[in-house]
Amino acid sequence: MIEYALTFAFGCFGIGLLCNLYRIFIAPGVVDRVLALDTMVINIIALLVLYGISTKTGMYFEAALLFAMTGFVSTVAYCKFILRGDIIE
Amino acid sequence: MDLAFEIIISGLLIAAGVFGIVGSFGLLKLPDTMTRLHAPTKATTLGVGGVLIASMLHFWVLENTLSWHELLITMFLLLTAPITANLIAKAHLHSFRADEKTSPTGSDRDWATFEDAAVEQQPMITGSGKNQNT
Repeated sequence: MIEYALTFAFGCFGIGLLCNLYRIFIAPGVVDRVLALDTMVINIIALLVLYGISTKTGMYFEAALLFAMTGFVSTVAYCKFILRGDIIE
Repeated sequence: MDLAFEIIISGLLIAAGVFGIVGSFGLLKLPDTMTRLHAPTKATTLGVGGVLIASMLHFWVLENTLSWHELLITMFLLLTAPITANLIAKAHLHSFRADEKTSPTGSDRDWATFEDAAVEQQPMITGSGKNQNT
């Protein structure tokens, strides 16, 4: 039963990634692209954890944690760049 | 006993998938940036939270190894999601101010990020549509 639920969740997050990709390419402003990238990072974290469940190894949690940290820092850096025109002043 | 836990884990995974797809679809569907900010930051955090709780239960009950990494990721995501949402909203307001396209605040006060920091502001009474500024 878990296999079917896993397949469903994989499909859902995959379609979500495609939506984010569309929003990155076609967006009214640069802020929407940053938002789409942030959502993309969160979806990829979910996909990594789902893959860890399906292969029954705990190895992918470190990768997910690293993704969460780099995603947060990159979003903050993008926003600082839009706000100030510079990241570290 | 294992069957009950399998049902719980499957339900969590399906709920997480639905939340994830709703959050990403809202990014396409909603009309303007301030409303688009709402969909991913809430729904996708719930989705990832569901996946992480399902993974923790799965490894605890079916594999007999309790791991705390999931809780760490959940805590980190719950801490950082409001910060990124706030920064993105601020960047959006400042990039739209130049084009005179910011949406109205609903009171005579401006958006908080544009107000002069040196001027002491009184707390605003919400609901009446007026404020106590003199």
